[in-house]
This record gives sequence, structure tokens and C-alpha cells, in this order.
Amino acid sequence: MTETVPPLGKDLVGLERLTAGQILQILDTAEPFKEISERRIKKVPVLRGKTIVNLFFEASTRTRISFEFAEKRLSADTVNISSSGSSVVKGETLVDTARNLEAMRIDMVVMRHGASGAARFLADRIPSNVINAGDGWHEHPTQGLLDLLTIRDHMGSLDGLKVCIVGDILHSRVARSNIYGLRTLGAEVAVCGPRTLLPPMVEELGCHVFPHIEDAIQWADVLNVLRLQLERMESGYVPSLREYNRIWGVTSERLDAAPRDLLILHPGPMNRGVEIDSDVADGSHSVILNQVTNGVAVRMAVLYLLAGGRPEKAEAAKQGAES
Amino acid sequence: MPTPNRIHVMSESDVRRAVARMSREVVERNGGTEDLVLMGIHRRGTHVAAMIRDEIEQSEGVQIDSGSIDITLYRDDLEVVGPRPIVGGSELPTGGIDDKCVVIVDDVAFTGRTTRAALNELGDWGRPKRILLCVLVDRGGRELPIHPDITGRDVQVLEGQRVEVLVPELDGRLGVELIQTETEDA
Repeated sequence: MTETVPPLGKDLVGLERLTAGQILQILDTAEPFKEISERRIKKVPVLRGKTIVNLFFEASTRTRISFEFAEKRLSADTVNISSSGSSVVKGETLVDTARNLEAMRIDMVVMRHGASGAARFLADRIPSNVINAGDGWHEHPTQGLLDLLTIRDHMGSLDGLKVCIVGDILHSRVARSNIYGLRTLGAEVAVCGPRTLLPPMVEELGCHVFPHIEDAIQWADVLNVLRLQLERMESGYVPSLREYNRIWGVTSERLDAAPRDLLILHPGPMNRGVEIDSDVADGSHSVILNQVTNGVAVRMAVLYLLAGGRPEKAEAAKQGAES
Repeated sequence: MPTPNRIHVMSESDVRRAVARMSREVVERNGGTEDLVLMGIHRRGTHVAAMIRDEIEQSEGVQIDSGSIDITLYRDDLEVVGPRPIVGGSELPTGGIDDKCVVIVDDVAFTGRTTRAALNELGDWGRPKRILLCVLVDRGGRELPIHPDITGRDVQVLEGQRVEVLVPELDGRLGVELIQTETEDA
């Protein structure tokens, strides 16, 4: 019947190393979890007694709340820690913070951190499960997964689909997780944005590059529009927001020229009138709020799949930490 | 495929007769078909529930509301067995379960833990007027104070044996068999 998929292991750090089977297993597992959020009592006891720490060293609303809903709907006990107001501002190192949490007998850590590689660094040093909620410019795997799930919901399959990611690819962990996940599942991936905001060797990730948004819209089935972080303008990557909107903005005039209806995704928070116009964001082809709904289901699936599968690696990490 | 390790317990017609009797008992216990809801436990329980539903609908000439329960997320052994692929979600009957007479239908009653999980899940969905447990085969071995209200057949299962209910949709035939899991005893 179903072929056996190698377990995810202790942690979810990124999508780069996952197989198509593992990614599909997460997406398939997310399906029944969607229904739980529609119940009157939105709770199942699957993680009862587990303690999960949401360790957020960077600002986040959507991701943190989405993880928290996912954890609570699985009956886990959760604690939120943000860097402001914690010992981190007193100069405690990441490992010390985590080991102190471990000493309070936790089971899982969901971490967002500004440094690329922080999630892997932590995962190798503590026996708890570690889920990456975004590390620097590296990956944001659960966002990638919820994008994959949303695209699959609307397009049926990802195989052979043409997906273009628009905007600041260089600084985007969302873009990287999307590229890895989409490519693994057989989609064609393109990126489109100012050359200053594309990684130098982006073609090596297996992406087409479109310098003009009009060409990208002609080519694609799906557009994933990324947020233009305002600090990029201040540091000189783009001349002005108005110019960015004029050249790269996803507008309904531009979409009207497309040969087919495009599915529009955006990871949020949106800068309306900069990378995306309001009539597109609120239009009939926008699935931006479906992404948010799917985010909870995907995170429930990841928590569930990691919860049981920790034994050997956790032992190794424990011994490493004690020696 | 019958092998030397399989012992025949109930034939197709045995199962059909048992289902017919269980269906009558369900209607009798409920005092009719009003507010009756059948909830099959995933996976083979849903097939047994469908047989009972068809039988009641034919004999009584009414539509019976039904649904299914996948108890995966209510198991108490995640720590032991680890997560398993979730095959199907639960389906609430269209009319809900509040103030209904809910009949939980499963293929085999064994430890009672599946029923315990199903009861918990039903409790999260609403407040039925009454819940009955109906199983095709009761093999004994309960680990919880749970007892079926309606049983197709009691089957004695020796150590090293496992009882299997076969349904056409999954196994290509209908019947109940005992399987010898420890070959040296066979």
C-alpha cells in the first residue's frame, strides 16, 4: 500500500534535506488536522502532558500565534519567551538559555532567531525536539510547508506547476524554504525581483530568473509575493517604495494581461501598495487567508510527527551535553 | 488467501445473519429509529457500521444518520508506538450528535482502549443522549471497564492468536478468521 517514509527525526530545521515522501507525509497529515480547527471544541489530546517552549528572538505575530494555536489544539502546555524581557538581553548565550529550559524538563522548542543556522546549532545541542520558526536568511520550513499545502489545495498537485517567487529573495528564508520544497515536489520555480535582491547564484538552486514582472506573470501558474522589508530601502537595495511598486508591484492591470488566472500567495505581513495592490490581495485569486488557516494545520502535523520520534538522537545529544 | 495459519470462525452468511440480528437489536434498544446515529470506528468498524445501516434502512424504510471516528489522535500510546500516518479524519454526522442515541460500531472488542478513545472524542464533539457499543466480534481481554451492549459473536482467542474481521472493501471477502501469529504453535 503506502511505501514507508523515513521518519523526520528529532527536529525540523529546514526543507532542504527532506525527501518528497517526507514532505508529502507532512502535507497529508495536515489534512485531518484542518477539520479539528472547525470543531466546536478545537482540541485533541494528542500532545497532552508535553511542554513546548516558543522561543522567539525576533518579532513575530502570525508565526508565533499560529504555533501557539497548533500547540494548544493538540493539548500541549506552552510557554512563550521573547528576547525582550528575557535573560537574553542580559547577555546569556543561546545554549545556556536552552539548557536552562531543558533543566525545567521541556519536550520541544519552537525557535525564531536572527542568525542563519541557529536552529541547527540548537538542535545538535539539546535533546528536545527543535522546530525552526525562521532562522536569519536560511529557512522557515513551516511557512514553506503551508505554502505548499495551500498551492496543492487549489491546484491539485505541485508536479510540473510553475511557481514564481517575487521580491526580496536574497534576505528571504521563506523564499529558500519554498524553493527547496517546490523543487523536491517537482514544481518549476522562478524568482523575480530587483537584481540587488536576488542571491548571486540563484540559478544554482534550480530557478529561472525573470528580470521583469510582466514576463513572470506570462509564465507562471502561481505567484508567491514576498514582503519588501522597509529596511531594505533604507540600506539602498531599492531606490524608493514608489519605484518598487511601479516596476515590481503585483497589480490587477498586470495580472489582467496573464494568459491564465494566477493563484496569489503572500506570507504576510503585507505592504499594500508596495509589493502587492489591495485589489489583488483582496481579489478572488488571492489565497492569503487560506495560507493562514493552513498554517495552523501544518504546524499541528509537524508537532504530531515529531512528538513520537525522538529516541536515539535525543540520547546522543544528551550524552554530548553531559560530557 | 487462506493459509494453514488461518482458522475459519465466521463465514460470509454467518456475518450477514449476525449483522441482521445486531441491526434489529440496535433498533430495539433505541425503541425505534428516531435520533439514531451510527458511528463506525475507522477503518473496519466503518464497514460494519455501513452494513448495519443498510440493513436498518431496508427493514425500516428510513434514512439513518451516520459518521465515522478515527481515534488516532485520542490514543494513549503515542509515546510507545510513535506517530502513525493518519489515514482519515473523523466525520461528524450531518445532524450532529447532541441529544442523539449514538451507536459506536467496531469490528472487534479487545482491550477497550479504542472504545475509551472513541468515547473521549465523542465527548469533545457534543453531548449525546445515550451511547451504545456494538461490535461484530468480542474476543475478551478487556483492560478497562467497558462492555459491548450488542455483540455479533463471542470468540475465544488463545495466546498467540489474533482475530481478524475481513470486509469486501479492504480484503475482497466477508468473514471472520483467527490467525496464528506464533508459527511454532501452529
